[in-house]
Amino acid sequence: MNFRVKAIILDRDGIRRALTRIAHEIIERNKGVDNAVLIGIRRRGVPLALRLAEKIKQIEGCTVPVGFLDITLYRDDLTQLGYHAKLSRTEVPFPVTDRTVILVDDVLYTGRTVRAAMDAIMDLGRPKAIQLASLVDRGHRELPIRADYVGKNVPTSSREIISVQVEEIDGQDQVLILEKTE
Amino acid sequence: MRLIIRGGTVVDPVRGRMYPSDILIDGERVAAVEKRVQARGARVLDAKGKLVLPGLFDMHVHLREPGQEYKETVATGTKAAMRGGFTAVAAMPNTAPVTDTPEVIRYVLEKARDAGYARVYPVGAITRGSRGDELSEMGALREAGAVAYSDDGRPVVSAAVMRRAMEYARMLGVPVISHCEDLTLAGGGVMHEGFTSTRLGLRGIPAAAEEVMVARDIILAELTGCHLHIAHVSTAGAVRLIREAKARGVRVTAEVTPHHFTLTEQAVEGFNTLAKVNPPLRTAADVAALREGLADGTIDVIATDHAPHAAHEKEAEFDAAAFGLVGLETAVGLVFTELVATGVLDIPAVAAKMSLNPARILGLPAGVIEPGAVADLTVIDPEATEIVDPASFASKGKNTPFGGYRLTGLPYATVVGGKVYIRDR
Amino acid sequence: MLTIAGLSRKQRERFFLGGKRLPSKHCLGLAALSAKEINEILENAVPMKQVISRDIKKVPALRGKTVVVLFYEPSTRTRVSFELAAKHLSADTVNVSASTSSVVKGESLVDTARTIKALGADLVVLRHPSAGAPHLLARLIDVPVINAGDGMHEHPTQALLDIFTLRERKGTLKGLKVVIIGDILHSRVARSNIWGLTKLGADVHLVAPPTLLPAGIERAGVTVHHRPEEALVDSDVVMVLRLQRERQRQGLIPGVREYARMYGLNAARLALARPDAVVMHPGPINRGVEIADDVADGSRAVITEQVTNGVAVRMSVLYLLTLGRGA
Repeated sequence: MNFRVKAIILDRDGIRRALTRIAHEIIERNKGVDNAVLIGIRRRGVPLALRLAEKIKQIEGCTVPVGFLDITLYRDDLTQLGYHAKLSRTEVPFPVTDRTVILVDDVLYTGRTVRAAMDAIMDLGRPKAIQLASLVDRGHRELPIRADYVGKNVPTSSREIISVQVEEIDGQDQVLILEKTE
Repeated sequence: MRLIIRGGTVVDPVRGRMYPSDILIDGERVAAVEKRVQARGARVLDAKGKLVLPGLFDMHVHLREPGQEYKETVATGTKAAMRGGFTAVAAMPNTAPVTDTPEVIRYVLEKARDAGYARVYPVGAITRGSRGDELSEMGALREAGAVAYSDDGRPVVSAAVMRRAMEYARMLGVPVISHCEDLTLAGGGVMHEGFTSTRLGLRGIPAAAEEVMVARDIILAELTGCHLHIAHVSTAGAVRLIREAKARGVRVTAEVTPHHFTLTEQAVEGFNTLAKVNPPLRTAADVAALREGLADGTIDVIATDHAPHAAHEKEAEFDAAAFGLVGLETAVGLVFTELVATGVLDIPAVAAKMSLNPARILGLPAGVIEPGAVADLTVIDPEATEIVDPASFASKGKNTPFGGYRLTGLPYATVVGGKVYIRDR
Repeated sequence: MLTIAGLSRKQRERFFLGGKRLPSKHCLGLAALSAKEINEILENAVPMKQVISRDIKKVPALRGKTVVVLFYEPSTRTRVSFELAAKHLSADTVNVSASTSSVVKGESLVDTARTIKALGADLVVLRHPSAGAPHLLARLIDVPVINAGDGMHEHPTQALLDIFTLRERKGTLKGLKVVIIGDILHSRVARSNIWGLTKLGADVHLVAPPTLLPAGIERAGVTVHHRPEEALVDSDVVMVLRLQRERQRQGLIPGVREYARMYGLNAARLALARPDAVVMHPGPINRGVEIADDVADGSRAVITEQVTNGVAVRMSVLYLLTLGRGA
């Protein structure tokens, strides 16, 4: 299967600006971040959550706890995965009960990942609220879920793929639209 | 009814040679063996490019009748024999009831006559019910047609009983065929004892379980003067013991099966019950020793130990699965592919080990092609190749580990008393 | 062709697996697994252990799946461990044990396999006294089969939990001197451990009288000893096997008392091992026979840890075998 780059949606600076804006929105919406925790959904939600925490620290001068969530065991399509779906550790080394949990992911698509992540969070405790931050919202929701903070809304067709690349994992920062060429 | 086998290469195991010749068969007997025979109105079997051997004789076959007709009958077993190129078989007595009375012998012979395929020579039990204690009526069995005595499938545990049996057999002029296995050493094992059995966690049967008994029976043969024939030799140690005994002049002969000279314990990998057999498949060193024993004459006979079973008896846990495999319809192919093509045996030696020697051991006038001899012949196409397909077997038993094997050198036609059976036609 | 960086696993698999159902994979023994596959199971057991140490010890991974736990031999420990593992993953479990089922009525494994298939099991865990029975079952049904112990052959999940415990304790298996003492001949636990440990680079030593050693075991890349004193020096791990008292009746050992004297792990013998050596036992323990009380209850014993880890490792195996099996 081959892919063609159809468009670059966000470059390095674009990603930086989007995250800065989201950080401001989080602070504004929650009237500060005293009760907030950031939880990145593995894999690319993790560096994004860390960057958001860094930005919030720059703006507010306080440290927001950051956790990482592996939602594989909560997925509804587990049996359709290939043989080697490796699990990662969930690292939420703080209680989530009565906190405002801000889930961070790279792409919001069907909403199923977020559904799984919310279930996973609930099994860790009883948060006061759960909010969702996503770098890209590409539409095509299959569940009644929407993001509280969006970096960029990108209308797509289901033939297309959104490729989010982050320096920590992929060696560079950019968001692309790819198209199957077959 | 006259038949000419035209243009084949006749194999003479007595003189150890091969020569091109026609063979004229008149009724049940060979009428002429000449370069070119003419006979008006005779049917002609074209044997150009093919080998004509004296009828092959498998002296170790389980026909299962009476008592286990769901595995095999005399009819299906003898048909499988013909399809495999055998004109005669010796039927082992572990039937139900055991062939320990003249009635069972007569029953088997009658079934064989009715079937009209390969000839059957029954082997009588050494002991009643093959239980290993009281001797069977060996004289009466002989009169009814038993050609040898054996408790095959089980060893005669008591050395004293074996001694008496040998004394009797010697008097009657019939060999004792010994299934050599010390049951205490075999210890309920299900495969060869070695690294493979260790890895598979299966109980092993050490080579010593066979060798201890071979040694005992050789000593008893020496004591009694009886002709001892060792069935299905599987270990290098057993070959060595037999070689030494022969050198001392002990009346001992021995047979090996195609599966023992072809396969090793590795065939059991993956818990393949089709390779579960007793004695078990051994090591590569044992296979080499068996081939050496065949080549130097220590081992006189190739016999199949044809042991048909129903599918469900093999589709089971390895421990619970039946021992044994069918051999009649793959024997010639395996001998040619594994022994002739590799130079272990030449073709006259094959005729000796599969026809002449078994006949001699059992005191039967067979194994030669000459005017006046019974017209039992096997025509082999040394170039024919097949991929073994158990579904094509005439035997009820499809339990072979050789399914999918490519064999070259196959029976083409089997002639029993002048009647021709052409394979797969 | 473009390398697909920046795609989630889900996206990748949507495109490459295309919703196909993959053939069953089984867990039949460690002899058949590569070091990579063993490590995959161990690594996935880490998050599983996290799950069972939470307040809510349950994830929905195997929701709606039915795990049949089929035991032809009595064993509470292993059965309960598998059941718990399945339940933590939200699977439904059905217990079939030899005493309650048609097994005792002489129904063959082949017939039972057909029943299991008809019942729509998604996974079968089989304990059977015959070596290779799980292989037979795996050939008969297109459902993943986990070997929970077959005759003297293998008990892969026990060895995996042993190895998992060692990895937790020691970090790596590479170069670790592991001494296995006892009835190696009849032990499927020992066999599975031998294959697993050697594949992961451990230096494995066996100690037993010659009558309790299986033929040709040296070929497994292990060192064989007859005296524990000789083997225990500088060892990192001592794995003690259970001695069945019937071995005396079978004539394999002159006596249980003598065995305890010659091979039992006591404090004096354990003192030969490294100061940080750990003591393992697959249970159930014959106190005073293969292991002295003070050693079994001592600080170096990790026997209860083994039990907890057993659940995590079995969850990992259940999880991995469910992948690719379609909805």
